Order: sequence, then C-alpha cells, then structure tokens
Amino acid sequence: MFNPTIAGITLRALLGRKRVFLLALPAAVLLIITLALKADHAASTSWPAEVLGRVGFSALLPLTALIIGTSVLGAEIDDSSILHLLATPVRRESIVLTKAVVAAGVTMLFAAVPEFVAALIASGRAGAFAFGLGLGAVLGSIVYTAVFVLISTVTRHPVAFALAYVAVWEGVVTNLVSGAKYLSAEQYSLALANSVAKDDALDAHLTVGTALVLAAIATVATLAAAGNRLRSFTLTGDA
Amino acid sequence: MTTTSTSATTTAAAAAASLIELRNATRWYGNVVAVNDISMTLGPGVTGLLGPNGAGKSTLLHMMSGFLEPSRGTVTIGGAAPWRNVEVFRTVGLVPERDSVYAFLTAREFVTASAKLHKLPNPRAAAERALDMVELAEAADRPIETYSKGMRQRAKVAAALVHDPRVLLLDEPFNGMDPRQRLHMMDLLSGLGQAGRVILFSSHILEEVERLADTVQVVVAGRLAASGDYRSIRRLMTNRPHVFLVRTTDDRALARALIGTQAVQGVSLTPGGVEVHASDHGSFTRQLAAVSRDAGVGLREVIPADESLESVFAYLVGA
Repeated sequence: MFNPTIAGITLRALLGRKRVFLLALPAAVLLIITLALKADHAASTSWPAEVLGRVGFSALLPLTALIIGTSVLGAEIDDSSILHLLATPVRRESIVLTKAVVAAGVTMLFAAVPEFVAALIASGRAGAFAFGLGLGAVLGSIVYTAVFVLISTVTRHPVAFALAYVAVWEGVVTNLVSGAKYLSAEQYSLALANSVAKDDALDAHLTVGTALVLAAIATVATLAAAGNRLRSFTLTGDA
Repeated sequence: MTTTSTSATTTAAAAAASLIELRNATRWYGNVVAVNDISMTLGPGVTGLLGPNGAGKSTLLHMMSGFLEPSRGTVTIGGAAPWRNVEVFRTVGLVPERDSVYAFLTAREFVTASAKLHKLPNPRAAAERALDMVELAEAADRPIETYSKGMRQRAKVAAALVHDPRVLLLDEPFNGMDPRQRLHMMDLLSGLGQAGRVILFSSHILEEVERLADTVQVVVAGRLAASGDYRSIRRLMTNRPHVFLVRTTDDRALARALIGTQAVQGVSLTPGGVEVHASDHGSFTRQLAAVSRDAGVGLREVIPADESLESVFAYLVGA
C-alpha cells in the first residue's frame, strides 16, 4: 500500500526551499517560550505541563499538522498536479496512505521532536515527563494529519476548513461539551502523554486505553474516507 | 493456420480493447449542460476533437479519462467504464491541459516516476525511450521549472507515453509549443496513430486538426456538430455562405452592382459599409474588384465578418 515513489515526490515537495522555515516556526516559538520560562525560574512548579500541554498540544501540534497535512494532498489538488499521480493505475487508497504517512512523519519531526526537546529542557532530564509528551505528540501527529488529509479531499479550501476545525472543534467544543472529548485528537494525545508522564496538569480527560482505541478508529476511518473521496476525484471547469 | 488465426484474434482483441465508445454521454453542472447527448466510437488512428473554447471538449476528455462521471449515458474504453476505475490507466495515457507538474523534479525524474507508478519492469529504460520520443533527452536533467511552456508540455507527453499506452488522450497538446516543436509533436502523434494507437487530441485551431487528424469530431455548445472524415467537413466549412463588410466611396452604388452577380446572395446597407452575403467565397473575392471598378466605386476596405471559429462552428451546427 505504501508507495515509495509517491513518498519521495511528496517529501521533496514538502521540504522544498523556504517551506522548511515555515514548518519550523511553531516549534521555534515553543522552544523559545520554554527556554525563556526556564531561564526566568518560573514560580509555578506545574508550568512545564501547563505550557507544553496547552501551547504544545493545542497550538504547535495542530498548526504544524495543519500546514503539512493540507500541503501533501490539498496543494496538489488545488494546482491539479495530483493528476500526474491519478493518471496511473496506483490505487487511490495507496496515494492517501502514502501521503498521510509522509505527513505524519514530517509532523513528528517538526512537532513531536520539538515537544520532546522542550519537555527535556523544562524538566531538566530525560524522564517520564519528556517521553510522555513526546509519545503523546507522536499520536497527535498521526491523528491530526489523517484528519487534515481527509479535509483536503473534501474541500478545495482545506486550510480554512482545517483552521475552523482546530479553532472551533478542538479549541471550543471539546472544552464545553463533555462527550466531544471522545472525538478529539488533542484529548487522545494528552491521554497518552499523561499515562506516561503522570501529571494532572496535562488536563487529560480520557483513559489511555480509550484514547488509543478511538485514535486508531479515527485514523483508519478518516483515511478510508479520504481514499474513497480521491477515487471520485473530479475535474471540472475548462469545458 | 492456427497460429495465424490466433494472431488475428489477438490483434482484433487488442483493437477492441482500445476502442473508445460514448453512448448518449451527457454531463451537466446544475442547470448548465456541458456535454449533451454525444455518441461516438473512436478506433485506431488520430482523431481531432475540434471546437471553440467552452464547447465541451475538456469535459468529454475528462469523462473518457475517468475524472468525470457522466450525468447520463455511458463512456467506455475497451468495454470498461473509466469512472472510479484506475485499471483503465494501464491502457490509457493522459496529457492534461493544465500546466501543473512537479516543477522541482527534472524531466528524467518526472518521467521515471511515472514509469515506476505504472510498475514497468525497467522504469529507467522506459523513461529514456519516452524522453527520446519527445526530443527532451538533452534537457532532461534540468528541473522542469526552468522549462518553457512547450518543453513542459513535452515532459507531460513523455510521462503519458512512458507505459506505451494503446489509447492517448491529449487536451490542447500544442499549447505553448513553437512551430518546430509543434511539427515534431504532430509527427510523433501521427506515427503513433499509424502504429495502431487510438489518439484523441482536442484543439480549437482548425489548422492543427487539418494537418494531423484523419477524422474529426466537431463539438459546439456541448453537442456533436459534425463527425467523420476531415476533408468532407472542411469542404462544408469552405462552401458555407460568407459574410463580408465592404467599405467604399459609394456604398449604395456598389450594393446595386453586386446584387446582380452570381456569387452574391444578398446585400444590405449598414452604417459601417455594405454587408455582403456571398454564396461562394472564391468567386466573390475574385469578382469584387472588377465589379467595383465597372461601377466606378473605390474600395476602401473588405473585412470578412464571419471568419471566427465560432461562426464556422455555428454554421456546422445548422448544416
């Protein structure tokens, strides 16, 4: 199912030229905030979990995944270069899976790794806190990119829709409606992070078992839906 | 005897498999009908899909390549419907009109990637063959973003040809090509057609179709206006009534003189000059100077008023 040729093209498109700086920007902000708080000897002992949990899992992770997840497919659909992949006998599910894997990998590089490094800096040691946050961010990278790849196949304006999803669903609805936590990529990530880090300040509302099962279902379901959407890719205009 | 029979059967089966067939194919977007009840069968050789911009050519090609579902009717290639069927691309090569390619790749990388996606046994060799066919081998190691539009077009054609498809669909393939590149591409497509491939290309330029296509399908406003041998359709186009606007020193005197000639069906005086409806383009243009001289009228300007492609197509729709 994974196609190395498509992965190579996607990776080169993603990491080409100045785009790397854009991808690194959210991570740089998180690291700067962490270094500043560490240097300032913040009074609150729970600041690492509060900052890395909120800024890291609510901003850095979804924003980085948004940029990457909507680029790997949405940008190619937007400029029609995707046609050169679609005009081959490669299964659409394979295209979606390959692009999602690349997107998740790059998101881990630009979000999960910085989250881990920031946790190392904040806690001062390579302990459960750092590994927990790193693992949580890895899970978040997978679920978020799957969601953004699906959004790319549903609308020609994936960035706007993805931003609305992050801001409205993850940012507001999951905090106000208790049942919404079962459909929250952020909550899946925090649950896994908390299961390792054991830090109540991470504000996780799901058990790790529930989170992992729901994350797996959400990822598979969104990628399957994206594959199905891509099978019906339609060229319009230019009659 | 058995061998000959088997070979003939295989050839016939291959020919049938490459047949493009449209039966009452219709596509609409909301209230707009882009393609209206078109039926056609395309076999080996080069076919031109001719029509003015917006006529429905691209919509037809999108339906044939599986990127658009017919709203009504059927589209098949080798008996299989291309919609949601990726297997069709084992026999079909597509050159889309849109210029978007992976511009950061070199042409060699781009065409080799296409060969790998088709799972060809030797992708590099297939890519080299395709690059040679479009005469892009020398520039193949430059990123596509440094190419002219014509070179990009050739890279796209090479990628579409890399798996040696039996059917090649090209949407406005000559856009952006210089005359030399255009001639080379015409030779290439003509050779592929003669080798038994089904080649369908769209164009809104009569001369391109005239030089390349054995048969044409003329589409106007979503309908099939004419279909068949190019020469007979061209004759129909040439023999249609022509409209000229003639500006003279004495419009009324020329109108009086012209109405008596065989080549003229009617005249009318307009603020811009004499509008002449000629039944025969050649006879009228040959007689006009003599008639105006005999009438003592000076000719200032003769403008063909209906030479646009749209007017030619509009005539075909009515023919």
